[in-house]
Order: sequence, then C-alpha cells, then structure tokens
Amino acid sequence: MATQHSRSAARIMMAPAVFLLLVWMLVPLSMTLWFSVRSYLPLRGGDQGFVGLENFTRFVTSSAFWPAILTTLIIVGGVLLISIVFGILLAMLLDQPMWGQGVVRILVIAPFFVMPTVSALVWKNMFMDPVNGLFAHLWRFFGADPIVWLSDASVFSIIMIVSWQWLPFATLILLTAIQSLDSEQLEAAEMDGANPLARFAFITLPHLSRAITIVILIQTIFLLAVFAEIFVTTGGAFGTRTLTYLIYQRVLESQNVGLGSAGGVYAIILANIVALFLMRIVGKNLDR
Amino acid sequence: MGRITLDKVQKAFGEVEVIPPLDLTIEDGEFVVFVGPSGCGKSTLLRLIAGLEDVTGGQIRIDGNDATSVPPAKRGLAMVFQSYALYPHMSVRKNIAFPLRMAKMEQAEQDRRVQAAADVLNLSDYIDRRPGQLSGGQRQRVAIGRAIVREPSAFLFDEPLSNLDAALRHGMRLEISELHKRLDTTMIYVTHDQVEAMTMADKIVVLQAGVIEQVGSPLELYKTPRNLFVAGFIGSPKMNFFDGAEAAKHDAHTIGIRPEHLTVSTTEGMWKGTVGVAEHLGSDTFMHIHPEANPSETITVRVGGEFSATHGDTVFLTPASDNIHRFDADGMRMG
Amino acid sequence: MARAVTTQRKALNTTLAWIIGLLIFFPILWTILTSFKTEAEAIANPPVFLFFDWTLENYAVVQERSNYMRFLWNSVIIAGGSTILGVLIAVPAAWSMAFVPSRRTKDILLWMLSTKMLPAVGVLYPIYLLCIQLGVLDNRLALVVILMLINLPIIVWMLYTYFREIPGEILEAARMDGAGLKEEILYVLTPMAIPGIASTLLLNFILAWNEAFWTLNLTSVDAAPLTAFIASYSSPEGLFFAKLSAASTMAIAPILILGWFSQKQLVRGLTFGAVK
Ligand SMILES: Nc1ncnc2c1ncn2[C@@H]1O[C@H](COP(=O)(O)OP(=O)(O)OP(=O)(O)O)[C@@H](O)[C@H]1O
Ligand SMILES: [Mg+2]
Repeated sequence: MATQHSRSAARIMMAPAVFLLLVWMLVPLSMTLWFSVRSYLPLRGGDQGFVGLENFTRFVTSSAFWPAILTTLIIVGGVLLISIVFGILLAMLLDQPMWGQGVVRILVIAPFFVMPTVSALVWKNMFMDPVNGLFAHLWRFFGADPIVWLSDASVFSIIMIVSWQWLPFATLILLTAIQSLDSEQLEAAEMDGANPLARFAFITLPHLSRAITIVILIQTIFLLAVFAEIFVTTGGAFGTRTLTYLIYQRVLESQNVGLGSAGGVYAIILANIVALFLMRIVGKNLDR
Repeated sequence: MGRITLDKVQKAFGEVEVIPPLDLTIEDGEFVVFVGPSGCGKSTLLRLIAGLEDVTGGQIRIDGNDATSVPPAKRGLAMVFQSYALYPHMSVRKNIAFPLRMAKMEQAEQDRRVQAAADVLNLSDYIDRRPGQLSGGQRQRVAIGRAIVREPSAFLFDEPLSNLDAALRHGMRLEISELHKRLDTTMIYVTHDQVEAMTMADKIVVLQAGVIEQVGSPLELYKTPRNLFVAGFIGSPKMNFFDGAEAAKHDAHTIGIRPEHLTVSTTEGMWKGTVGVAEHLGSDTFMHIHPEANPSETITVRVGGEFSATHGDTVFLTPASDNIHRFDADGMRMG
Repeated sequence: MARAVTTQRKALNTTLAWIIGLLIFFPILWTILTSFKTEAEAIANPPVFLFFDWTLENYAVVQERSNYMRFLWNSVIIAGGSTILGVLIAVPAAWSMAFVPSRRTKDILLWMLSTKMLPAVGVLYPIYLLCIQLGVLDNRLALVVILMLINLPIIVWMLYTYFREIPGEILEAARMDGAGLKEEILYVLTPMAIPGIASTLLLNFILAWNEAFWTLNLTSVDAAPLTAFIASYSSPEGLFFAKLSAASTMAIAPILILGWFSQKQLVRGLTFGAVK
C-alpha cells in the first residue's frame, strides 16, 4: 500500500491536523510557563518582571492551596467511587434479560447528555433548594428540618450532582465490557462449582478490570477539570473550591495571572500523570 | 498493446529483501502465470507492476516507456483482487463504470461500455444490485467487468479464484481463458493452483523466495524442469525423487519420475513394494507405495482408470525409461 | 447460548431496572414536567406530579425575556461549525494514519490524545489574552476554532478506528481504476465510511454543545451559547422554577434526542477504542 506517492500524500494530509494541534498545545503552554515566572497583574501595573519560582512557592503556600487539593481529591475520589461501584452493579443488572431493556438503557444514559450548567442548576434549585426544593419537601414530609444542601453539605452535594452526570458513562462502558464476556466462561465456572459471588470475583471482575481502569482514567481527567457545576452552584464557596476553580479565581477574578499560571502548571503536571497511564493502555490497544 | 519489461527489478521491505534483482519480459497479448509457494513474492511482484508498491531498484517498462515512478492510475493496467475489492456502496453498474467516470468519459459512451461488459460477463440481470447482494462468482465477474471496461493494456489478477468453490472455479477459469482469447490483451495471473497455471498459461513463471526458477510454456516446464524445485513444484501428484544407488545407475545425483510415468504390475517389474494407501478416483487411481528396498519412503503412482489394490498388497513398479529426469548435485537438470 | 431464565426472575430484573432507570431519569423528567406548570404549582408542597394545569406560558416568557433563539443559534453554529471543521481536517489525517501507517503513526496518535488531556484551566489566561489581542473575545468563530481543537483528537481517533475496518484493497482498486487521491477519498472512502463519519459528527456535536468551560469564559453577549444562557439563570431569577425548567428543557431537548442515538459511539469515541 505504501508507495512514495502515497507516503508523501499522507504526510501532507496529516499536516493540518498535526500543525493545528501543535500550535494549540505549544503556544498557550509556553505562554503559561512564561507568565508563571513573572509577576503579572493586568489590572494593577501589568507585567512587573521576572520573579523566578516565587509564584510557584506562593501558590503552594497560600492558605487556599491545601484545602483546594483536598477538595479536589474528595470530589474526584467520591465521584469515581460512586460511579464505579454503582456502575458495575447497574451494568450487571442491565445485562440481565428483562422487558424493555432498550428503554431502560436510554433512561440511564440520559444524564450524560445534559449540559453541565443545566444539571447543576436543576439540582441546585429544584432539588436542593432549602425552601422549595423537592428534598426540602421530602424532609418536611418526614418531619425533619430541610438541609441547606449547598452550604451545609456542599462538597457532598457537588459529588452527587457530578456523579449523576458520570454514572451513566461508567455504566455504559462497563455494560459494553460485560457484554463482551463470553458466557461460556461463566458456565464453565458454574460447572466447576463456583457460586455467583465467586463467579463475580474470579471471572466478571477480572474481565472488567481493563474497562474499570479506562473509566477511572478518563473520568479522572474530566473530573479534575470540573468547572461549570461549581461555577453555577456555590461559586467556589463553602469549601467547594477545587484546584481548577482556585486557578480560575486567581486568573480571572483576582487577575493575578502570574500566580494563576503557576497553578496552571501544577494542574498540567497533575493531569499528565493520569494521562500517562491512560495512554499506556490505549497504546497497547493499537498494537493488535 | 501491453509489453511489460522488468529490468533488474528489486524489492525490499525495510531490511528484508523479498525480491532480489529480477529480469522478466512479458510479451504483448501473452497470458503469463506466476506460481510459487506461499510467501515467495508473487503478489509483491504483481503489485510492483501495478504501481501499488515502489520498486527498491530497477526499472519497469510498459510498451517501452519507463513506468517505474508512474502512479498506478496512470499505468493503464487493470487489476482484479483476491477479495474482489468491489465498492460496496455502488451498484454493479456504478462499480463497472467507475474507471470510466474517473477517466471523465462521456456518459453515453460509459453506458455503452458498461452494457457491453455486462453482456459479455452475463451480469445484465444484476446490474442494479449492490455487491453485497451477489454471490461470490457474480462478484468475481463484476470485478472482471470493472477491469475490462477501460480497455487496459494489461490485466493483473491476484489469485482471483481462490475464494470460490471448486465448480465455480472451473467455470470462471474457462471464462477468463475465453476472455483472453477474445480480447487478446496481456494478462498476468497469480495463483498457487497447479491446474490453473497449467491450463491457462501461455507462459509460466515459477518463483521461489523472489527468484525466478524457470520461465516457459506449461509443457516445457512439465517436460524439462530446469531444476529440482521446478520439477517438484509442477505436476500433480508430485514427482518422485530417488537419490543414491538408483540415481547412480543413471549417472545422476538425483533422478525424478512422475507418478504417471510408472507402470504397475502385480506380477513383475523393476522395483518391488507394498501398497500403503490407494486412492480410487474412478478416472484414476493414485497409489502410495513403500518400496521393499527402503520401506520408509513412499513412491506415488498414478494409474489411469481403476486399479484394484488395497493396503498391504505387493506390487511391482517399472519407470518409463525415456521419462526419467536427471539432476546433478546442485539440483540442476542434466542432459 | 444464553440460557432461558424463569419468568419470575425476569420480572424481578425488569422491576428493579425500571425503578433505578426512572430514578436516574427523574431529574430530567421532573424538569420537563415543571416547565409546563405555573410558578405556584412548581413550588407547591406536596408537589404535583401530573395533575396540574398544563401551560406553555413559561416557554413564551423565556423566549421573550432572554431571546432564547439567539443563544440556540449560537450553540448550533459553535457546535456544528466546530464539528464540521474538525471532521474536514480529521478525515485526511485519519486516512493517512489508517492506510499509510508508518513507524510514527502510533506516536502521533498518542500525542494527539495527550493534547486532549491538557487541562483547560492551565491555559485559560493565554487563550483569554490571545482572544483579546486578536479582538475575538465573545466571538463565535473563535469558539468554533477552539472547540474544534479540543475535540480534534477525538474526531481523528474515531475516524481512524472506523477507517481501519475498511480493507485497503478497495482503495487500491480505486487507484488502479484511475482515481487520484481526491477521488479516492471523495468517492470511495467517504461513502464507505458514512456510518462512522455520522457517528463521529454526532458525538462531537454533543460534546461541543455541552462544553461549558470555554463557552462560559470566552463569551459574554454576542457569542454566548445555551450553556451561558442557562448559567445566567443561576442568579436569583433561577428561583422561578417553572421558567428555569422551560429554559433547561429547551437547552437539553435537542441534544438529549441526538444523544440517545449515539450511545454506542460514545463508548468507542470516549475510550479511544480501548473498550469494545
Ligand atoms: N508490506 C510488507 N511489509 C513487510 N513484508 C512484506 C510486506 N508485504 C509482503 N511482505 C513479505 O514479502 C514476502 C512475499 O509476500 P507476497 O505477499 O508477495 O507473497 P505471495 O507469494 O503472494 O504469497 P501468497 O501465495 O501467500 O499470497 C512475504 O514473506 C511477506 O511476509
Ligand atoms: Mg499473495
């Protein structure tokens, strides 16, 4: 298939995509790196010169840093836990024979297609509003005092909202993986005397391990960047300021670009660590 | 016109040399068959001629013009692939018209030629179907139709019949041969099927590991194989070989006798042996005989018609003396 | 062979699955229902489920007050434009990688994927600044380009995996038939890959439609799409549940329908072919 003609054609045809992505990656990245070593306050004197690694140390030593990291970890970890555990259960349930399987699948996957701003607003107002929200009604029905979700249980609320959006994704991928499990394997194990729990632990779970890893990696990358859900619910208040949100505030709200860029570099490093693992798996897949 | 000359053509994939420098001339109007064991480079050679691969060295001339770096579309050749490679989204008519459309031929002429090709190949009834709705044989015919409409200077076939069942294969073989007679266009045909090679070819090119072992007409190859490889490759069942004492009797390192050149008798003959397996085909009987002198060997014999013999029977074999092929220590033909 | 399951067991599965499915779907259902209520019914306690005075008034109000159509139009242009532009750029690239693979193909694919991992917030200010300097802040074209770049790796990957299923011999046949590169891609590859290209368009349209970082941070009025339209309801105005619901329904309805068609592609697209 490969002649000189087709090879040089291939190079030309690949060029636009490669060039655009190269520019898209390198230009902003080098600008971020540049700003991160300068004191740059657009509204208060502009670029005040080179400051070495000061921004990096300041970003880490600021009182907001560790809480933001903690919040990020809790949110990412919480959503991952919920979506994986319930995703597996749900995928196994949906894999069973039933009536109206297609419709149930559609119901379950729907939240993934809801725009993040919409889902955040719907949850915030119609469910979590302490006066008129459905939860408030429910609590009062049982004679309890309604919870002020977004300030008293703010992180938990965010986890719930984000999980609602990502559980469908996890379920769909795990379901696809379960369906590729050869049922003869399970039958063989059954013949060998394995009970349902053992079959799950020794056959289904190992079969799912790769899909689970993929879900974890991809969700982590997206979850680290969760923005709209916080933007429209708490605006970063009540302990819901994640690393992403903190950087956003430094850059656009307090217009401290140098400091924010240093934070951005941290975020890039963090995401790259996760991405590295993901690419390993995806890369292996290319070699078939 | 379609005279194709390969001049020191060479091909390597990275470090691996698949075809060492090779010379070959294919005359206009010839039906040339490339045969050889799997992986010997038949397809590669065909694809080099087609222009689907670059040569690593050497020159390819088509009708005297250097075509070495001409892209496939401009070489004026047509190819029929083993998988047929029909365009699944186009009807039979559109498939056949595609090369004409690419040549920007006017519509009326396109229609005329497509209709003519369809008539020749008995495709008129399916002309508006998609390839997915056709049988293997019909698909094959569409692929051939697509090749003939543009009136190429040569046709290239890469094992075109290997996906068909035996009966269809026979039919298509005749059709392709007939097509060749009618069009009188150069055809290069890759196969590893003995029968196809022997029955269709004007000229057979036997390849091994990218090297041409012999070029000649089917009967030439059958009667005077140049070396042991060709002798063993051409002819079915395979030629029997004998080394040592038997060969020495004929002043050779090795001698070869085709199964059909041995006569069998239950009473007398040169070599005594016992029947291992006898295959009764009705028209012929193939017997695999273990000679008494060396029972671990097997000699294959072909007898016309029915010959009643079963496992364990004792028989005698006699070679036809003027059909003994003699080879020297290098495996080359002697005399 | 799947074994026959007792009807009882099947009924149990069905009930359980439907309960959970409806529970997960409930917020969407409730939003749609509420959009047809009056404001008073929307906050009524106990909540009314189906037996209320169905009204379309909220939709009229929302459209009138915030000019829904303009946001919708922006969303369509930004999501549609970025997706189509992305596919136009990605088809040749995917063709190259699928049919003329070289030793570097794999590395290039993985590198493309890695650009997708770049956290947006890390490059927020540079992009923001570039937009200001080029005078394209709050500009639809700028967002088209940015969202195209964000989704380009996914588009290339999806097309690549679809193209790899097309036998190379067919493209070679086209070449033998006299097709140039343009004809080969236009008349043979593209029509054969239509289902794959359609899935790619669909999924990336959805992703672009829902993108809510750049669309919120780089727009204010002129180019603001539905994500921003909805975000504007986070102000106390949002306490008008029925109107909020109507606005939400309008923002998600088109994409929800497309989404249901693209479930399968979602797995393939977002896992880069690693789960099948
Ligand atoms: N693209 C390639 N890259 C590397 N090696 C190749 C490539 N194509 C073919 N080869 C090698 O070249 C040799 C010849 O291959 P070719 O396909 O020409 O064989 P063939 O004679 O057609 O065999 P068959 O009868 O099985 O079709 C083989 O050893 C094959 O492994
Ligand atoms: Mg071959």
